[in-house]
This record gives sequence, structure tokens and C-alpha cells, in this order.
Amino acid sequence: MNDIAITVEDLGKQYHIGHVQTRYRTLRESITDVFVSPFRKAALLARGHAAAAHSLHESFWALRNVSFEVKRGEVLGVIGRNGAGKSTLLKVLTRITEPTAGFAQLRGRVASLLEVGTGFHPELTGRENVYLNGSILGMTRREIQRKFDEIVDFAEIAKFIDTPVKHYSSGMYLRLAFAVAANLDPDILLVDEVLAVGDAEFQRKCLGKMGDVASQGRTILFVSHNLGAVQGLCTRGIVLSNGQLTFDGAATNAVQEYLNSLEKSAAIGPAERPDRRGSGVSRVVGFDVVGSNGIPGIVVCGERVEFVIDVVPVVDHRVNCAFTIYDQQSNPITHFTTRNVSVDREDRASGTTRFSCDVGQFLLVPGRYRVNVAIQSDEGLLDHIESVMSFDVLPPEVSVQPRYSIPRIGQIVLPHGWNAQ
Amino acid sequence: MTNVLPDTVEEPATPGSANGDVPPRPQGAPAALAPRTDAHDVVTRIAPSRGWVSLKLHEVWEYRELLFFLIWRDVKVRYKQTVLGVLWAILQPLSTMVVFSLFFGKLAKMPSDELPYPVFSLAALVPWTFFANALAQSSDSLVGSSNLIKKVYFPRLVIPISASLAGLIDFSIAFVVLMCMMLGFGIAPTWNVIFLPAFLVLAYTTSLGVGLWLSALNVQFRDVKYTIPFMTQLWMFATPIAYPSSLLSEPWRTVYGLNPMAGVVEGFRWALLGSGQAPGPMILISAAVSVCILCSGAFYFRRMEKSFADVV
Repeated sequence: MNDIAITVEDLGKQYHIGHVQTRYRTLRESITDVFVSPFRKAALLARGHAAAAHSLHESFWALRNVSFEVKRGEVLGVIGRNGAGKSTLLKVLTRITEPTAGFAQLRGRVASLLEVGTGFHPELTGRENVYLNGSILGMTRREIQRKFDEIVDFAEIAKFIDTPVKHYSSGMYLRLAFAVAANLDPDILLVDEVLAVGDAEFQRKCLGKMGDVASQGRTILFVSHNLGAVQGLCTRGIVLSNGQLTFDGAATNAVQEYLNSLEKSAAIGPAERPDRRGSGVSRVVGFDVVGSNGIPGIVVCGERVEFVIDVVPVVDHRVNCAFTIYDQQSNPITHFTTRNVSVDREDRASGTTRFSCDVGQFLLVPGRYRVNVAIQSDEGLLDHIESVMSFDVLPPEVSVQPRYSIPRIGQIVLPHGWNAQ
Repeated sequence: MTNVLPDTVEEPATPGSANGDVPPRPQGAPAALAPRTDAHDVVTRIAPSRGWVSLKLHEVWEYRELLFFLIWRDVKVRYKQTVLGVLWAILQPLSTMVVFSLFFGKLAKMPSDELPYPVFSLAALVPWTFFANALAQSSDSLVGSSNLIKKVYFPRLVIPISASLAGLIDFSIAFVVLMCMMLGFGIAPTWNVIFLPAFLVLAYTTSLGVGLWLSALNVQFRDVKYTIPFMTQLWMFATPIAYPSSLLSEPWRTVYGLNPMAGVVEGFRWALLGSGQAPGPMILISAAVSVCILCSGAFYFRRMEKSFADVV
């Protein structure tokens, strides 16, 4: 029995939509709600909108019937799309929020890392923050004292340890924050997307430290979008989708399963996709990648491409349309946005606004890519679809004499010329 | 009012059973990792709680170092960020005293139990300022610590407790000033001064009790933030600071003790300045009310605690 470090049984977490969207309420709203909402409900019911009446007090399960076990020493990767319940799972397991249903048990000292530098205060010095942050993360003062030198060494900031951290560069700040967390020394480590911050060097260091921790027989639950890291670090992986556990198995298989599910969704037209986030004031109803050969979804490296996004309706001219291209490992490759860009706009009678983004030379190396699309305004996110479409980049045709070669390593082709003297 | 379902419980398992099956650590692991004898014995259970839950004060006690560090942070940051630093602790009660002495003492000729009016009012203003600041700090503490609440687990009670305790430093400084004032006016503290800590505790429990209520409410309803200054002001005039409670005759004086701060303020005057008679029944009522507020506040806080991270 005791080689089980984490047991999760039928775990569920329910949120009320009102809580998520308006976050906190004013007393007045609460009071008026008590009086007004029954009438609103009745009115909707009378008009035959039973579903709408129900949605006034809609709640949803961010996590539902999730069960799994993690053995001592296992490194479990948790993958899934945004809003699939990964962070909720972590918040429940770290006891930040309470589950609505089910049960979980963790054996051993637990440390959680949902963010590096929680509780850091800019006015305090590095030394003071190490103590403060350490105690927030659950270390005792003696433990911090014992490990202090190690932490400072790891962070490589010995010279500035008595400087207030507001004078630190962001790199120094992150290194110090991670150094404290890295020296937590727990039996079970619950980690969220902390590696998404910082530069490549920092990320490498974090991953290295995580690998060390894993090799010492600690149990790690690792939530990440970085599929490469999941495959590299984890022995096992689970996939969450709409709050439910859809796959549990070897990390490589989990990643494959996740990619397959993304492909499957990408095949559905954006107008029909139910799995979207944002307020829904504007919606993406069409997304196309049109290559020079006119075949949707096929792009030839080095040639012209047009990304076409249909949005309905666009009420505000400040609406920002953006999309991001990801590779097969879910690493973001590049991002396009209308923010800070003047867009020639023609109001169409149909109410649909067609944003098109013209790329003169599409210079990503051949392979398969995915796109996430988002519509934002000053009020926040209006619509967001993950994996709205997948497309293939093909190598240039052989008959055309290439001006430069397509690299076998890396992801980007830069136009270049060679010279030999 | 009972704990229907256990929520999260950290309990030591039987030592023998847990240690036996621990996989051996790989050789060459740093020595610092080795001496953690009890680490594997900790079992954390997570399940939904319903209704009223236990206070789990033992858990707050386990996190006493965090409590200390949070107080230390609050004090340190305050004195680092303000130009006047320590002076603020003195300025607030002193300036109020000057205003009160002018308007109530000189102009309105308010009775002051045969004491010089400045000392009379300052002896009340020092505990009052502590109370009002502790109340304001703890009420705002949860919302102010939202980044912590959303990212790390620890008993949430630690937050308002630490926020209100940080005011003790200011109180001590202001208290020294009060002592100097008394010296200046040639008033020696009576032997009753040994009861002073009890009145301070009473002021603290009242502020924490109200602070617990308001901080938990503040998470749900941000209106609370705006009512605090207003409420504190009304409360101040409902407390015998500018005037003595001896204006009232018994039994009304005892009833006045329903405002716990009336008991505190009269207690301070009696212990320090020897004014009036020992506030017997009045202080008992004050203490009872204060304990009621504290207990109800703590239970309400714990009941709402599970939603903090989702709402704040």
C-alpha cells in the first residue's frame, strides 16, 4: 500500500459561472439578485427559454470523476488544453481550493510550485525574501538557514543578496525564486507551468533540477504545455479533457493521444466548435490557411500564404484578432496580431468581418503545424479556440531552383545568401 | 455546528508501517536530504467539507513561523516604505489628542474624571488606534494577499492574525509616548497597571474578531472596504474616548460594556491613571461580547475559507 504516493478518487470540482465571470460581487448585486433573478427566470421560462433560465445559475464541472494513482518515485505528466482542468486538479491537490466531490490522499511531505516567487516583496532584500518565500512554501526557519548557501549558489546572485529585489533584473529575480523552490526537498512535488517563464537558459536549469529531483525517487506531478518536457521528464502521462481523464498511460502515448485529439478538433469547423473560451461577444466562425496552390491546409515553404479569419460580429473597431502557430510539440513558433497595427477595414453587409493576414513568404520548415486563434477587446477575451486548424508545410517543388536550402534542424528558414572567397 | 465530513486533515500515520516500505534513496544524494525522519509519515487527505468546520487551531500553530515571517514582513516593509517611519505610530494618536483637547477639552469643557484632558484622551486613543488599525489591516488582509491565497496553501487564519498583530509595534511606540506624557503631567501609573495586558488582549480579540468577519465578507463583497472607515469613525464616537463613561449612571454604564472597546478604554484609564472605579461588571460584559465576536468570526471565516481561492 505504501508505495502509492498520491491517490485520487472520483475527484470533482464545480464552479459557478457567476463566480468565474464576475469574480467578486458587490453587496448590491447580491441583494438585487435575490429579488430580480426569480422574476427573470420566470420570464424566461414563460417565453419558453428553459435552457436560458437554467443558465442564469449555471455551474460547470472543471474537474469530474477523475481517478488515478501515482506510485512513489513516479513522474506523472498532466497534459490537456487550456481549461481542461489541469490547473484545477493541481489547485485541489495543493489544497488551495477544496474539491466539490471525491477524495484525494497524498503520502509524504508535499510541496507545490504553482508559481515561482510567491510572496516575494520588492522592497525586501534577496536574503529576506528567501526566508519569507521559504516559509510561505512550508520550510522551517532552520531548514532555510541550513540551505541558505545552497540557494544563493544555485541562484548565482551572492553579490546582490542584500539588495532589495526591486533592483534585480527579471532573470535574477526568477533564478532566486526558483532556487528557493528547488531546495524545498519534498517527497511529492506538484508543479505547474512554472517553466514557461524565463529564458532558455533558465528553463534548461529548471528542467535539469526537476530531473535531479525525479532521479532521487521523489514523486512529481508535472503540469505542462511543453510536450517535449513531458516526454523527456515523465514516466507516465494523463490527458485531461473537459475536466475528465481521457487517457492514462506511458508519457509518449499520452502526448500522442493529446495530439490526436487536437487533430480531431482541428477537423471541426470553428463555427461548430463547442470547446471555446471567452465571453462569446464575438466569435470566430471561419479559419482558413490558403496557400499559393489554392488548396486549404497546404502551404509550400517559401511561398505566399493567406490566413483568413471570419469573425461575427465585430461591434468594436478596437477588437484585436490574433493567432499563434505551434509546432507538433506545442511549442509556439510565431504569433500574429492586429494589435498596434492599422487594419484596412470594409464593413460587410453580412455582419461578418473577414480578417486576412497575408504572408509574402512563409518560411517555416516543412512539417505539421497547429493554430490557436483569439479575439480580444479592451474588456478581455471574446473568443479563443485552441487548435482551430492544422496545416502542413510542404518542401518547395524540386523543379524550382531554390535560392537557399531548407534546414534539417530547427524550425525557421531565414532568407540568406552564401559567399565563398 | 459540527464537523460533518473531515475536510483536509494532516495526520501522522503509524511510524512503523510507513517507514518500512520507503524505497531506498539513491546513493550519493546530498546529505541534506537524509535527516527527515518524519517526512513520510505525513498523510494529507483532501475531501469536500460541508457547512461549519472545525477551526483547526493546531494547524495555525504549526504554521507559527509563517505567522512570524508575515508579521515581520509587514513591519519591515512599512518602515522601509514610509519616510516618517516610526513617527506615524505616534502622529496619529497625538494629533487626534490635540484636536480633542482643543475642541472637547477647552471649548466644550468635557469632564475628564479630574484628569488633565490631554492625558485623559491619549490614554484612550493609544489602545483605540491600535484597535482601529488592527481592524482595518485584518479586514483588508485577505484581498491584499490574493496572490498568496491563489498560489499556496496554508491555514488562511494566519493572514488576518498576522495583519492585526503587526500593529503591536506601533502600539508599543505610542505607549512609550503616553508614558512620557504621564510623566510630564506628573501622573504615576497605579499598581493596577498589571491588568493592562488583559485590556490589550481584549482590544486585540475584538479587533481580530471583527477583522475575521470583515475580511471574509470582503472577499465576497468589496463594499466592505468602503464601510470600514465609516464604521470605525462611528465606533470611535460610541466609545468613551473624548468623554468619560462616568457620564452614565449604573446600570447604563454596565450596558455600555456591550461595546467591548468601552471596556478596553475605561480599563486602560483605570489601570494607568487610576481614574474612576474598577470597571467590574462592564469589563465582564465587554469580554463576553468580544469572545462572542471572535468565535463567531473565526467559525464564519473557516466556513467561507474554501471559497477564498476561487473568488478573491
